[in-house]
Parts: sequence; C-alpha cells; structure tokens
Amino acid sequence: MPTDIQAPSIAYLPLLPILIVFGVAVVGVLIEAFVPEQLRRTSQVGTALAGLLAALGSVIYLAEEGTRRLVAEAALAIDGPTLFVQGTLCVLGIGSILMLAERRLDQSGGEVVSQAANLPGSRDDVALAESTRVQTEVYPLAMFALGGMLLFPACNNLLLMFVALEVLSLPLYLLAGLARRRRLLSQEAALKYFLLGAFASAFFLYGVALLYGYAGSVDLGDIATATAQPGKSDTLLFLGIALLAVGLLFKVGAVPFQAWTPDVYQGSPTPVTALMAACTKVAAFGALLRVFYVGFGTAGWDWRPMMWVVAILTMVGGAVLAVTQTDVKRMLAYSSVAHTGFLLVGVIALNRNGLSGTLFYLLTYGFTTIASFAVVGLVRDSSGEATHLAQWAGLGKKSPLVASVFALLLFALAGIPLTSGFMAKFAVFKAASEGGATALVVVGVIASAITAFFYARVVVLMFFQEPSVEGPTVAVPSMLTAVTIALGVAVTVVLGVFPQPVLDLAGKAALFVR
Amino acid sequence: MTPWLTIIGVVPLAGALVVALLPKGRDLLAKQVALGTSLVVLALTIAMCLDFSTAKDAPRFQFVQSYDWIKAFGVSYSVGADGIALVLIALIAVLVPVVLLASWDDVEKLDADPASATGKDAPLSLRRSVKGFFALLLVLETMMIGVFAATDVFLFYVFFEAMLIPMYFLIGTYGGPRRSYAAVKFLLYSLVGGLLMLAAVIGLYVASTRQGPGTFSFEALAALDMSHFTQGWLFLGFFIAFAIKAPLFPFHTWLPDAGAESPTGGAVLLVGVLDKVGTFGFLRYCIPLFPWAAREFAPYVITLSVIGVIYGALLAMGQKDMKRLVSYTSVAHFGFIGMGCFAFTTQAGTGSVFYMVNHGLSTGALFLVIGFLIDRGRSRLISDYSGIAKIAPTLAALFFVSGLSSLALPGLSTFISEFLTLVGTYTRYPVAAVIATTGIVLAALYILLVFQRTMQGPLSTAHAHLKDLRGREVAALAPLLALMIFLGFYPKPVTDVITPAVQATLQDAGTTDPTPTQLQSK
Repeated sequence: MPTDIQAPSIAYLPLLPILIVFGVAVVGVLIEAFVPEQLRRTSQVGTALAGLLAALGSVIYLAEEGTRRLVAEAALAIDGPTLFVQGTLCVLGIGSILMLAERRLDQSGGEVVSQAANLPGSRDDVALAESTRVQTEVYPLAMFALGGMLLFPACNNLLLMFVALEVLSLPLYLLAGLARRRRLLSQEAALKYFLLGAFASAFFLYGVALLYGYAGSVDLGDIATATAQPGKSDTLLFLGIALLAVGLLFKVGAVPFQAWTPDVYQGSPTPVTALMAACTKVAAFGALLRVFYVGFGTAGWDWRPMMWVVAILTMVGGAVLAVTQTDVKRMLAYSSVAHTGFLLVGVIALNRNGLSGTLFYLLTYGFTTIASFAVVGLVRDSSGEATHLAQWAGLGKKSPLVASVFALLLFALAGIPLTSGFMAKFAVFKAASEGGATALVVVGVIASAITAFFYARVVVLMFFQEPSVEGPTVAVPSMLTAVTIALGVAVTVVLGVFPQPVLDLAGKAALFVR
Repeated sequence: MTPWLTIIGVVPLAGALVVALLPKGRDLLAKQVALGTSLVVLALTIAMCLDFSTAKDAPRFQFVQSYDWIKAFGVSYSVGADGIALVLIALIAVLVPVVLLASWDDVEKLDADPASATGKDAPLSLRRSVKGFFALLLVLETMMIGVFAATDVFLFYVFFEAMLIPMYFLIGTYGGPRRSYAAVKFLLYSLVGGLLMLAAVIGLYVASTRQGPGTFSFEALAALDMSHFTQGWLFLGFFIAFAIKAPLFPFHTWLPDAGAESPTGGAVLLVGVLDKVGTFGFLRYCIPLFPWAAREFAPYVITLSVIGVIYGALLAMGQKDMKRLVSYTSVAHFGFIGMGCFAFTTQAGTGSVFYMVNHGLSTGALFLVIGFLIDRGRSRLISDYSGIAKIAPTLAALFFVSGLSSLALPGLSTFISEFLTLVGTYTRYPVAAVIATTGIVLAALYILLVFQRTMQGPLSTAHAHLKDLRGREVAALAPLLALMIFLGFYPKPVTDVITPAVQATLQDAGTTDPTPTQLQSK
C-alpha cells in the first residue's frame, strides 16, 4: 500500500530575496529567446538591476521584521548573518551588473566576447576582438551565480549547500572564459577554475558523506548535537570537517587552495573578476561562518588548530606572493588571498565579535575590491586593458583623479586608518585577541606590513615616477562604471570615519539561528 | 570652556580643502591661503596657551572634550592637552608658517631644475602641483596636532598612522633624486612599527575588558592593573613603534634617507615634529601605561640612547651630504631626549621635553639654512662649497647661529635643555650621563667642521654669482632664532608648563626623584 508523501510546508516569504533573483535569472533566459536583438541588452540590464533592487528591498524588509527562523524543513536558515550577507551581495551585485553593462571603455562595446567557443588565435577569433556584436547571455549567467550566492550562506543543510555551491560556481566557470581580449588567457582561466573547482566540489561532497556517517544527518543542527555527544567516531568527524573545509577554503581562496586565484582573476573579463572577488568571497565566507559556527561551534578544539595553520599560511603566503607580481590583476588576486587570511582570523575568534567583525570586514572588503577592479578596467592601451604594473607609471600626473581614487582604495586595502579597511581589520583582530588568538593577531599585523609594501609600490609607480610617452590612457567611463566606483569609494571613506551604524548592524545581525 | 584643540585641529584641514579646490593656475592665491591659514592657527594657538592654567590645582589635562565615536569598539573622540602636548602643539603652530614661507617657490624651482626628470620644458600638465604641496602641508598640520591632542589611544593611533600618508606624498612627489626609495622606506619603517603598536593597542583593550568595560581612554588605561608579563609585551609593542619614529639607535636607518630626500620644508616638519611623536609617546604612553615594564627596561633604553648620542655624532662627522649630516645630528639629539625620558627624574624629564621643543627650533633652522644654500648651489655635498661667507654674509651668520644652537651653546635655549637632561640623568645613571656629555664635544666638531668647510676658505669661482638670503628667507628664519635666544635666557614660561606634566608622568610611573632638585617648587 503506497504511503502518502507529505509535501513539506515552506514559508516562502523569508526566501523572497533568493526567489526574486532566481526568477529574474529565468526571465533573463526568456528575454534571450524572445526579445529582438537590439532591445536585449537594455531589457537584460534593466531586469537584472530591478531584480537586485527588489531583492535588496525584501532583504531590508525581512531584516526590519527581525526574521530569524529555519525554513523549508530546517534546510535553510534565514537569520541575521544570512540577511547581512544577502544585503551586501545585492548591492555588490548591482555594482557588478553595472560594470558588465559598461560599453564605453572598449571601443567595440563591452568587455565580453560574443562567441566564446571559437579556437583562440584563429581568424574568426581575432575578428571577434573588434566585432561590435554584443552578447547578453552574461546577465542571466551572472544572475544565476548571484542567486546561488544568496542561497549559499543561508543553507543549514550540507546537501543543499552543495547544490548552492554548484549553482554559484557553474555560471562563474563560464563567465571566466568570456574575456574579449587575450582569449587564450581567458579560456585557460575558465578551464583551470572549472577543473580545480570540480575537485574542490568533490572534496566537499565527500566531506558531507563522511559527516552523514558521523552524525546520521546532513543537517547542521543535528551535526552540532552529535558533536556534543560522546562516544562517536572522531575519525569520521575530523575527516569530514577537513574535506568540507577544503571545498569551502577553495572558494574563499585560502592557501594552500589558492593556486587558481591569480590565473582566474587575470584571465577573466574585469567585471567578472570583480564579481568573483567581491561577491563570491562574501557568499563563501557566509557559508563558511555558518558551517563552523553552527555545525562545529562546540567542536572548536577540533578545527581551530587546523584553521590557525591555514590562516597563517594564507596571510603570509598571500602577502609574500603579492610582492613579486608585475600585473595589477594578479597582484589584487594575491592581495585577496591575504585578505582571506585576515577574514579567517575573524572566523577563528569563534565568538560573537568575531562573527560581527567578519561580517563587517566582508562588507568593506567587497566594496573596496569592486571599486578597485572598476578602476583597473579604466586604464587601457590599444590592445585592451593595460594591466602590467610598469604601464601604470606616472598615472598620477596623467589623470590625477583616477590615480588618487586608486591610491585611496589601495590604502584601504592596506588598512591605513581613516579608511574602512582599517576599521575592518581592527574589528577582526580585536575579536581574535578577545578569543585568545593573540599570536595570530601578531602574525596578522606582520602580514599587513608586507601587504602595505606592494600597495605602496603601486602608489610609488603612479605618483612618483614619470609617465612614458606611449603609456596607457585612462578611458572615460559612462555613468555605469562611475556609479560603481563612486559607491565603492564612498563606502570606503564613510565607513573609515563613521563605522558605527554598520558595526551596529553587523553586531545585531551576528546571531545564527540553530 | 573653548574647545581650542578641536578648532586648532580643524582650521588647517579646512584651509587644505580650500587650497585643493582652488582652480588650476591660481598658485599664488593657494600659497597665500595656506600661509594665512597657518597664521590663523598660530594666533589661535597663542590664545590657547594664554588660556592654559599653570596653577597648582589645575587639572593635568585641559581643554578636554570627549564624545563617543565608535561605541562598538569603546572608542571616543577625546582630546586634551597636558603641558607636554601643549608645548609641542605650540611648536607645530610656529614651524608650519615658517615652513610655508621658506618653501614658497620650492615646487616651481623643482620643476625648473634641469636635473629633475620633468625638466623646464615639460608640459604644464606634468609639472608638480603647487597647491598640492601646500595642501599636503596643511593636512599634515592637522594630523600632527591630532596626534598630540588625542587622549584616546585609538584616536592617537589613527592620527599616528594617518600622518604618514601626507608625509609620504611630500617626500615622494616633491623630494630629491632618490625620493621614491626614501618615501617607501619611510612609510614601511613607520608602518611596521605602527602595526606592532596596533597589536599592542588591541592587547591593551583586551586587558581592559578583564577589569570592566573595554576602553581606550588614556586615563582609564593608566589606572589599569596588569600582570608583569602583559606589561612587558605591550610595552615592547609601543616602544618599538616609538623608537622607530623617534628614531632611537638601532631603528634610525630610515631617517637619513627620508631627511635628505624630503623637500626642505618637509624635512623640517619630519625631523622637527613627526619624530617627536616617538619621544612624546615614551612619556605619554610607554611610561604611564606600563610603569613596571618601563622601569625594568629603562637601563636598556638608556644604553641605546647613549649609543645613539655617540654613534649619531660620529656618523654626522663622516657625512658628505649636508642634509644627511643634519639628519644624523638628530639621531644624536634624540639619544639625549630618550635618555632624559627614561631617567625618571623631574629634571631630566623636563629637560627632554624642553629639548624636543628646542630641537624642533634649532634643527628646523639648520635644515632651512642648508636648504637655502642647496637651493643656490644646486648640490647637497659639503665639498662643493667653499668660502660662501664672503658673498653671502647673512646666510653664513644665520648658519652659524643655527649651528651653535645645535651644539648647545650657553645663551641659546638648547643649552638649557641639554644641561637639564644631563644633570637629571646624572643623579640616577652617572655613567650614562658622563658618556653622553662627550656627545657635546662631538657636536661642536661636526657643526664647526661643516661651517668651516662651506663658509670659510677661498671662494670658488663657480659660486661667485651666489646671492645672499632674500627678505622672505630671513623672515622665515627670524622667528626661530628669536625664540631660541629668548628661551635661552628666559625658559621659565615653557618649563613652568612642562614640569607639572612631567611630575604627573613620573607619578604614574611610580617613581620619585632620587635627590631633591632645583626645579621642584616645594
């Protein structure tokens, strides 16, 4: 006799931001199919932006309501950290979409190639670089990735978290390969990202399986209950945590899983790099925080030593490797690795200040990063973006405004006071020190000093050296990129001087629902 | 009560904004606005000093203001001045207009110099910005005032680090041939020290959370009861930052490069004021916050200071480059100041604070005179000059007076501070005082030798066209020399302000004078 399968009751309202973004992504696919070519770009950009704004609005609504609950049979947790991360992602997503929509920088109109499948170097492919054909599938792809990112930190169930991980990763693998210029580099980036990402996902899944064996459930709440009970197999738990951590640490770009970062950041179209650097990191850290605070919060003794090692390697490794870079995008990639290390210091704190500090750090880092990549996209020569550092010499004299903005962003990344980067670093270091990780803070400040070296070097290049005659020019962006840069700079400065409101917000948000 | 400190801090920033926003090509107006702003600050500072009470029952910190800034971190915007901070702020207010006046045409000359990479024919858009230079100097003034006025450790740290940025751009954009190397070296040395201090600041906060609500307020932190282990480490975190800043031997290697490559005006502020943050930090933070550690480490600090006195003087004698020479003399002088800070006597403490002021005046004057000379002769090398006194008697005379002040001739204010420091140190560390005294002899050597080589002897034909100082240049130097002579004969107004603050500091450190001293008014 067939038993009735009970359909789970789902509260849809708390899922509204996620549903809106996925819905808009699907609409984007329909636009590709039915809207005539000349209207596609406008309608795609319009829907994407409207969708993100609506999602942002619903996040704010949910936060105002004080939503803190498990939904969909406890598979999803909509609580303070989720909403904080989702809100940050919506705004950063708007910035990324604006950068993708920019047409004025490249004379052929857009950073994205129209036919990515051509053999690099073939005649068709070379012609594509100058072709003015626009491709608009990037918008639904970016929206699917953003949807996955909104879902990722909300997952209270490891299997669902795996699904979210794939949903956010697959479109990114594709987007990485779409750079209009330097096609070979871009395709290499996509392939590398895909292969390594697939490995990481497999590790993640294996970790989920082992943890299921340990706790008999993939639910974070059940795992937390299991870790509190004696008499279980620690081997399964340790292996499970380690493998799960590999998958998550790969996404945030922590050493020793950082190898993809420089190649992918360099090869991807700059707006996509911005999306990856800012949004993926925010989303992945949201998920990482939930896994380690909710799932393994009581097993802190088991994973903190491992994370100590990873954090130290990441901070020092990222900082040291960045020093040797000669390409702006690669340098920013390694700098993002170093910042992952600083963020991990906040994770290791394992206290409420650590959680709020990490959330605050994610927000400030996201805005500073997205604006930095937007500025990188402005400096060009005849063959596209001029990313070699030597080409940036004397930029401060040629275009003082752009160079000053970039210098400000670099100082923020270096953590100089009166910028948001300093406040963020202070917040996580303070939390870690309160959590008893003083030694980690000392390593952190030393790594900060090393990072300051290469940020200062770029400033030296821009301001203290003479420009070469045939150096790159600074393209005048349209409103789209200008808005992104202005937003990033404004957040960087305002949060550097008056961080209190956002710190309050992060402090209030810093409570997971279990 | 008038919020003097906030007003004095904000005025230069506002002036900098106005200067920066002036349309292109209005360079003269930019200079006038900058000078005007700095004179307003000077006038306000004089008014503040007159308002400062030296009565016996006057509170240690005056002109106090405190508002919540970042509640989540327990940080407040708190400013206040004790006697030490007050005289240093006054020093800033005096030096900035002098520097502005002295550097009036420096940027244009830098661009007109054929040796400079831009060259005379460079298109206008590639020339260095004049208003940028003046705006940076004013921003620097705000930061310097903030760092001395802050009574919240976090706020102090913010100014301490933020101050580096304008100086970094001043050296890197307007400096000499090796400017970018010097700028980066300066920035990195200071940042490394600053970041170690950041770790210590966080440690201090965490220590305060164990005994009540976490705070960064200086007075609350000074009352904190910490274990010796904690004190030792936190002391080292602060000390290394300040020792780099001061700079104390062996953390001094950045100073000769930065001092030599900065534009003259920048060098005056760098050595005259920025470095004082280090020795100020010893007195304000290292000693009162970590009294046990300060007493424990004092013999080592004094040893380093004495080595600095001798080592700096010997190296100064060996320099070929005049600006490097002055930088090394500062290493020697900072040895004296560091020694005075850690001798834990009222005399030595008062002497070293007074030394900070005098060093700002005398080294400032020396840097300016040498800057004027280099400006004329287009070379920093001593060997390129000879017999200048014959054609530029005013320059030579002012060089001589500044030099005498640097070697602490009686009758000039530097003598009083050096004497007080040595006598105060002698009562506790006689050997150190005796060795340091030989530094005075060495000082006479390095100053008189450079004067003899450049100013006396036969005049070389290459310099026959050299012109004497102009009115503007004399006007810039005059206030410094006047103050040195005035304070040399009548130091009371300054020492009266300093002494109570030094006594309060020693009280925080839990030490008393070993023998009754002259200055202590019973």
